[in-house]
Amino acid sequence: MSSVSEDPDSGIPPAEVPDLPPPHAHGWWSRWVFSQDAKYIALQYSGTAIAIGMVALVLSWLIRMQLGFPGVFDFISAEAYYQFITMHGMIMVVYLLTAIFLGGFGNYLIPLMVGARDMVFPFVNMLSFWMYFAAVVVLVASFFAPGGPTGAGWTLYPPQAILSGTPGGTGWGIVLMLVSLILFIIGFTMGGLNYAVTVLQARTRGMTLMRMPLTIWGIFTATVMALLAFPALFVAAVMMLFDRLLGTSFFMPALVEMGQQLSYGGGSPIVFQHLFWFFGHPEVYIVALPAFGIVSDLIAVHARKNIFGYRMMVWAIVIIGALSFIVWAHHMYVSGMHPYFGFFFATTTLIIAVPTALKVYNWILTLWRGDIHLTLPMLFALGFIVTFLNGGLTGLFLGNVVVDVPLSDTMFVVAHFHMVMGVAPIMVIFGAIYHWFPLISGRMLSHRLGLIHFWVTFIGAYAIFFPMHYVGLVGVPRRYPDISASFVPDSVATLNAFISVAALTVGAAQILFLFNFAWSLRYGRKAEPNPWRAASLEWQTPEMPPRHGNWGKELPVVYRWAYEYSVPGASRDFIAQDDPGHPASWSHVP
Amino acid sequence: MSIVLGFVALVAIVALTWLWKQGVADRPWLETGAVTRIPSPGGQPTGRAGLGIFLIVAGGLFALSGSAVSMRMGYADWFEMRLPGVVWIGLALLVLSSLALQAASFAARRGDARGLARWLGAGTVAMAGFLMAQGLAWVRLAESGQSLAATPGASFFYLISGLHVLHVLGGLAALARVAARHGRGPAVAAPAIGLCAIYWHFLLIVWIAMLAILTGWAADAAALCRAILS
Amino acid sequence: MIVAASLVLIVLFSVGFHLFSPWWWTPIASNWGYIDTTLVITFWITGAVFVAVVLFMAWCVFRYRHKPGRVAHYEPESRKLEIWLTALTALGVAAMLAPGLVVWKRFITVPDDATEIEVVAQQWYWSYRLPGADGRLGSSGTEWIDFDNPLGINPHDRFGADDVVIDSGDLHLPLGQPVRVNLRSVDVLHDFYVPEFRAKMDMVPGMVTYFWFTPTRTGEFEVLCAELCGVGHGVMRGYVSIDEPEDFDSWLGEQVTFAGLPAGGAVRVAETAEESDP
Repeated sequence: MSSVSEDPDSGIPPAEVPDLPPPHAHGWWSRWVFSQDAKYIALQYSGTAIAIGMVALVLSWLIRMQLGFPGVFDFISAEAYYQFITMHGMIMVVYLLTAIFLGGFGNYLIPLMVGARDMVFPFVNMLSFWMYFAAVVVLVASFFAPGGPTGAGWTLYPPQAILSGTPGGTGWGIVLMLVSLILFIIGFTMGGLNYAVTVLQARTRGMTLMRMPLTIWGIFTATVMALLAFPALFVAAVMMLFDRLLGTSFFMPALVEMGQQLSYGGGSPIVFQHLFWFFGHPEVYIVALPAFGIVSDLIAVHARKNIFGYRMMVWAIVIIGALSFIVWAHHMYVSGMHPYFGFFFATTTLIIAVPTALKVYNWILTLWRGDIHLTLPMLFALGFIVTFLNGGLTGLFLGNVVVDVPLSDTMFVVAHFHMVMGVAPIMVIFGAIYHWFPLISGRMLSHRLGLIHFWVTFIGAYAIFFPMHYVGLVGVPRRYPDISASFVPDSVATLNAFISVAALTVGAAQILFLFNFAWSLRYGRKAEPNPWRAASLEWQTPEMPPRHGNWGKELPVVYRWAYEYSVPGASRDFIAQDDPGHPASWSHVP
Repeated sequence: MSIVLGFVALVAIVALTWLWKQGVADRPWLETGAVTRIPSPGGQPTGRAGLGIFLIVAGGLFALSGSAVSMRMGYADWFEMRLPGVVWIGLALLVLSSLALQAASFAARRGDARGLARWLGAGTVAMAGFLMAQGLAWVRLAESGQSLAATPGASFFYLISGLHVLHVLGGLAALARVAARHGRGPAVAAPAIGLCAIYWHFLLIVWIAMLAILTGWAADAAALCRAILS
Repeated sequence: MIVAASLVLIVLFSVGFHLFSPWWWTPIASNWGYIDTTLVITFWITGAVFVAVVLFMAWCVFRYRHKPGRVAHYEPESRKLEIWLTALTALGVAAMLAPGLVVWKRFITVPDDATEIEVVAQQWYWSYRLPGADGRLGSSGTEWIDFDNPLGINPHDRFGADDVVIDSGDLHLPLGQPVRVNLRSVDVLHDFYVPEFRAKMDMVPGMVTYFWFTPTRTGEFEVLCAELCGVGHGVMRGYVSIDEPEDFDSWLGEQVTFAGLPAGGAVRVAETAEESDP
C-alpha cells in the first residue's frame, strides 16, 4: 500500500496501526449536524463555547456596572448580582475555557499535529459534543427557570447552595446547574477518551512522544488530568443533588435556617470542599497546560527559533500535572479544616511554582537571540507572558498559607485568578485563533483590526486586574455587591469606577474581534499554504484547509521534531517535520 | 482523601514509568530520521487503550466515592451498617459472571463458537441475577428502616451501589452489541469479548473494594496495619 | 519598538502604582504584624522577579526584533542555565515559604492565657458569647436553638449559666488580652472577618473553628462576612470595639447573662449556683 515503506533505503518500519479511512458523511445531517469529523466537531465546540462565553462576558459587564456604580442600576438587586457572578464564573471556567481548549483546539489540532486522519472513536467524539451542547442548553434554561439560576457562587458550597437564603437554592436553579455539570462531565469524558487515546495510538510513523509539539503535550496532559479530576466534581454534584432532592445528608449538618430546624443532620460541608477542590485545583491547570503548550509553539514559530529547553518544557508540563493533584487544599486554608494541613499544602503549592517559573524563563529564553516577528500571535504570546507572570507571582501570596489568611476571600483573590486563569489563557486563545485561522479558513484575519483588538485587550485587561489587587489589599471582600465599609477610603470607589470603565471598554473590543472574524471569513486576504512557515505537521497537509481525512492518499512520515527553525546549514529557516532531509527532496525549495 | 490519593499515585507511577520507557530523556534535535529507538505508535490495540483509559476514569470515580465515605466516617453519627444477606449472594453472582466472561473470552480465542455462546449466556444470566440481588438488597434495607435518607451509611450504600449498577448496565449494553455482532465468528469477536471480560473483572474488583469500605473492613485493616507498623 | 516600550511602561506603571498609590492595607490592630511582614517579603521577592523578567523580555523584543537578514541563534537547550535558574527560583520560593510556615505555626498555636470567646453567625447577623465569672463557655448545639435561646446554649450545662450573651449587638474586647475566638454557625458557611485584625476563619455549621489574636489598638472595627452566605452576605456587618480594660469591665457588667434569658430558666441557675462557684 505504501511506497515509502517498501523503499529499502528509508528503513521505515511498516505502520503498526492500519490506516483506515474515517467515517464518511452520508447526508446533510451527518455532514453538518451530527458530523464525526474532528475538525468539524472542533468548530462546533468552539462556536458553542464562544457563544456561551459571550453570555458570561455580558454578565461581567453587569457585575462591573454594579460594582463601579453601586445604586445606579436599580435592576441589579443583590439576588441578581449573586446570580450574575455565579453564572459568570461557572461559564467562564467550565463551559468556555475547558471546552474551547480541549474540545475546540484539542479536536482540531490533535489529529493534524500527530498525523492522524481523525480521532480514534469518531462516533463517541460526536456524542461528546452533543452532551456538551445539552449541558449548555440546561445551563441556559436555568436563566429562564422560576427563581432564576443559582446564586451560590461558582464554588456551589453547601449548605447555602441548597437553602432558601440563596437565589435558586430551593428552586430550579441549583438543580439545573448540577444536572448541567453532570452532563458536561459525561460529555467531556467521551471527548477526553478520544484525545488521550488518539495521542497514544494514532500518531503517525516516526512521531515519537519527544517529537510532538508542546501544544499536544499540553492538551494531552490536561486531558489526562481532567479525566482524573472531573469525577470528583461528578461525585460531589450527584451527592448534592441527593441532598437537595432526596433529603440525604451527605454535606448537610444539623442546622437551623431562619429559626426553623431542618431535617438534615451529621453531614459535613468540608467534605464537599475537599471533593470540589480536588477537581477545582487541577481544573486551573487543565486550562493552563494547553495554554502553556500553545504559547510555546506560537513563540517558537514567530521567533524563528526552537523552543528553548524542549525537554525541560515537557517534564515541567508532566510534573505540574502530577503535582497539581496534591495542592488542592490551598483553597481551604481558612475553611476550618485541620490546621496542620496548612504546612503540607503550602509547601506543595510553592514547590509547583518552580517548574512553572522554569516555563516562563524558557519562553523568554526562546525570544532571546531569536528573530522576533511581531505578528499578532506573537503579540498575544507576549501579553500572555506578562499577565501570566503577574498572576503567577500573586499566586505565591495566596499559596503561602499565612499570607493567604488576610487576603483570602478578598478582591485580591479575584484579581489573582482573573489574571492567571482568565486573561492569560484568553490571550493564548486569541493568539491561537490568529495563528491557526488561515489553516481553518484559508484566509488571514485582518492585521489592522487585530492590532486594535490586541492593544485594547492587553492594556485594558492589565488596567482592570492590576489595580484590583490593591482593592483587595485594602480589605474589600469579594462577592459584595456594594463595597463601602468603614475601613474603605472613598478613593477606592473612584478606582472601582475606573476598573468598570476599563472592563466595559475591553468587552467592547471583543465585539471588534468577532467582527474581524466574521468579515475575514468572507473577505480576508487569501492565505498561502503554511503562511507562518511553521515546521509542525498541521501545516503540511496536501490541501489547506485540510480536507476530510486530512492527509490525502497516504499518512505522512515524521523524520524530526517540531522545532527545526534556523538550523545552521539548512537551506531555509525551517525544516518541516515530514521533510526526510534528503537534499533531493529540497529541490522544490525556492 | 487518602483513598483517591493512593489511586492517583498508582496512576502516576504507571504513567511515569510508561513515559520513561518512551524516552522522554532523549534529545529529539539530535535524532533525525524515520526510526528512533522506540517503535512509534501503538503497543496496544486501540480498543484496549480506550478501555484502559476509561477504567482509570471509572476507577477514579469510585475511589472518590470511597474517599467521601472514609471522610464521612470520621464524624460522630457514623455507625457501621449491617448489610442484608442478599448482598453476599449478589457478590457471589458477580464473581460467577466475571469467571463466565473470562471463559467466554478463552472460548472465543480458541474459536469455539458453541462454548462462547454458552459462557456468554451464563455470564449474562449471572449478571442479571446480581442486578436482582442488588434490587432486593435495596428493598430489604428500606424495609429494615434504613431508607435513603435515614442513616449516612445507608445513603452511601444506595449512592455507590447505584453508581455501580449504572456501570453494570453500561457493560451489559456493550456486551449486547458485541454479542449481536458475533455472528461473524468467534475469532472476529475475540478482542471485543476480551475487553468485556476485563470490564467485568473491573466491576467485580470495584464492588469488593466498595463493600470493604462500606462495611468498615478497609478502615479496620488500615488501623491494624498502622498498629503493626508503629 | 512600541512593543518593547510598552512592556517597560507596564513595569514602570506597576512599580509606580505599588509605591505611590494611596491604596494599602488598613492600619493593623492586632499582634499579626508578622503576617504583614511575610507579605512585604513576598512583595519584594515577587516584585523583583516581575521587574527583572519583563524588562529582560522588553530588551529581547527590542534587540532581536525581526530585521532583514537576521537569523535566530540555534541552541536547543542549556543545561547549566536551567540548573542555575531552578536553583535560584527554589531559593526565592524557600525565602517566602520559610517565614510563612513559621508564622503559620504561631497562628495555630493558641497561648495558654487566651480568654475564650465565641462568635455565632447566622443569616445575616453576628451574635457573641463571652464567658462569665467561671471563665468557661458552656456547651452548645443546634438542637437547643429556639426563639428564647438563639445561640443554642445547652441549658443543662452549669458552665453556661453565667455566659454573657450578646444577640446581634456589638462585641467589646479588652486591649492587650489574647483571645481565642471560637467560631460557630447555625446555618451556612460564614467567615468572621475584621480587616484590621488580619486573622480570619470560616465558620462551619456542625463544627467549631477558631483563631486567636491580641488586640493592640483601641477603637471600633467593622466586622464583615467573608464567605458567601446567601443574598444578605454583603450586609452582614457588625462592629467590634476594643476598649481599655476598665471600660471593658464596665461594659461587661451591663450585659445579660444566659441565666437572665427566658431559656436559661431559674431552676438551672439554682443548680449552677450551688455547684459551680466555690
